[in-house]
Amino acid sequence: MSGTELVVDAVTLTAGAHRLVEDVSLTARPGEVIGLVGPNGSGKSSLLRAVYRVLRPVSGRVAVDGADAWSLPVRRLARTVAAVVQESGGVDLDLTVREVVAMGRTPHKRLLDGDTLEDAGLIESALAAVDATELAHRAFDRLSGGERRRVLIARALAQQPSLLVLDEPTNHLDIRHQLDVLDTLRRLTATVLVALHDLNLAAYYCDRLYVLSAGKVVASGPPAEVLTPRLLAGVYGVASEVTVHPRTGAPQITFLPGAPPPS
Amino acid sequence: MTGPAARADVERAAPERPGHDGRPDRDGRNGLPLPLALTVLAALLLGSAVAGLAIGSVHVPPGQVWGIVTRALGAGWVEPDWSRARETIVLDVRAPRVLLGAVAGAGLAVVGTALQALIRNPLAEPYLLGVSSGASLGAVTVIVFGVTLFGPASLSAAAFAGALGALLLVYASARTGGRITSGRLVLSGVAVASVLTAVLNLLLLTTDRGNEARAVLAWTLGGLGGVTWDTLWLPGAALVLGVAVLMVQSRNLNLLLAGEEAATTMGLDVARFRARMFVLLSLVTGVLVAACGPIGFVGLMVPHIVRLVVGGDHRRVLPAAALGGAVFLVWADIAARVVAAPMEIPVGVLTALCGGPFFLWLMRRDARRSADRGGS
Repeated sequence: MSGTELVVDAVTLTAGAHRLVEDVSLTARPGEVIGLVGPNGSGKSSLLRAVYRVLRPVSGRVAVDGADAWSLPVRRLARTVAAVVQESGGVDLDLTVREVVAMGRTPHKRLLDGDTLEDAGLIESALAAVDATELAHRAFDRLSGGERRRVLIARALAQQPSLLVLDEPTNHLDIRHQLDVLDTLRRLTATVLVALHDLNLAAYYCDRLYVLSAGKVVASGPPAEVLTPRLLAGVYGVASEVTVHPRTGAPQITFLPGAPPPS
Repeated sequence: MTGPAARADVERAAPERPGHDGRPDRDGRNGLPLPLALTVLAALLLGSAVAGLAIGSVHVPPGQVWGIVTRALGAGWVEPDWSRARETIVLDVRAPRVLLGAVAGAGLAVVGTALQALIRNPLAEPYLLGVSSGASLGAVTVIVFGVTLFGPASLSAAAFAGALGALLLVYASARTGGRITSGRLVLSGVAVASVLTAVLNLLLLTTDRGNEARAVLAWTLGGLGGVTWDTLWLPGAALVLGVAVLMVQSRNLNLLLAGEEAATTMGLDVARFRARMFVLLSLVTGVLVAACGPIGFVGLMVPHIVRLVVGGDHRRVLPAAALGGAVFLVWADIAARVVAAPMEIPVGVLTALCGGPFFLWLMRRDARRSADRGGS
């Protein structure tokens, strides 16, 4: 499963009369980890939903390896693109963690296929990748928020995607598991598009960042070029200092109290 | 406390670590192995069927029941030591009734199982959602106005149409902003069922076919009496079709448990799938209601009890629920014949007697679980 190329071309998304995302373009080359950052309500989740085929663009195009994601059959797309979504719309009907992760195999199965040894192996390694092997036989709905998040990531990994889309996968996780999850994403050969809140983590783990503000891309490029005090003041309205961390080599943002200087 | 002794204590304590709602963590297993569960249920069903043939106003010993049935199935070497009358009772009166009970129980249980996944609500059930009322109204309309557009299957066809209409109505009115809460679902089910039942009663009271109206009124309470071999094939066919299609779709039913967006990302066209399944479930419910009236709560109780034993994966739940539902309704019908003998109680009254309290328990458990999760 090598990475897939994702091209989002001039996409506009609406909810009724409200514009969620306007004329956004984005490219992820095979194997890249692309971070999507921006304040609450800037359109990150909406943009991701257009990629994993839940929110249809009113104009523009989403292309996965050159094919229009919205004209592919849902099942075909699901063999290439997996997602970890924000929605918590699941229903509590006594599934174990392992059964939840096994769902990820569905797009690769024909209707009456049983689970093979290969499936079992993929499920085990997906669980191991998020440090959830011990949870396998627990009831899914009895897990903590953080444990559940890790299991959902395992489910997406079991889907063997070549493009993985994640909406704030580190929410609810303690710092150890935040780093583990992001390390796991880094190790994948798949292309990764991930919305993140924590700018320092985004700076360290992503190859390139796209910054969304009020539904538009206001900056994009390698973290060191994008994350400047000037941009952070403009987009988030905060004062900050950005240094290059001597050990990681990644930009390190320190937020300063008080209003940002006028720019 | 350190050392091996302490560790032993921990290990002893670990397995009995039930949560505060008393549910164990199911550590280390996915419930009973499926082949074992299905074998036990099938044996239970066989035993229940024999009991259903034996018990009644005329008692026929189980050994004789066995002889009569095996002889009828072609075992010519069995020497009859029973009267013709008994043979008639067992083969022509009780056998179709027991079979219809098994078919209806199995059908209602799998319909309930699938509805709970499709609507993503543990309280979904054909009777509570007004689907059975819709089917009843459809069937009664045919009887009262004497419409026979589809020949002998008119009753079932009309019940199917009524069931589908009611299901769509309840679904549309309970769904707001892409979500269905238990409260709204049950309320709209109650509202739709009340209106449909009111229309049904109005039809029955104003019709000039007085005798038929009385018979129909008894039928609306749900009962298995009066069935003959000739009328059994349609419910049987509906059950086979329903179980076969649902088994084929069991992976997709699983996906819906993850939520609609997540199901889409795993390759399911949710809207189309749900529409097709609604038609199928209405068909099964409609045919069953046409055959034995609305029988409530089977589709609620059986799937939940079965899930406690085999877990939540639909590939396991569906076959187990089919067998469990059959066993349950065969026994409910035996009870209906025996409890107030020589009078017969409509079996729907009995299932409601067990189902109501079960519903309340389920509702409280649900509320407790979502409180545990911080209301999510």
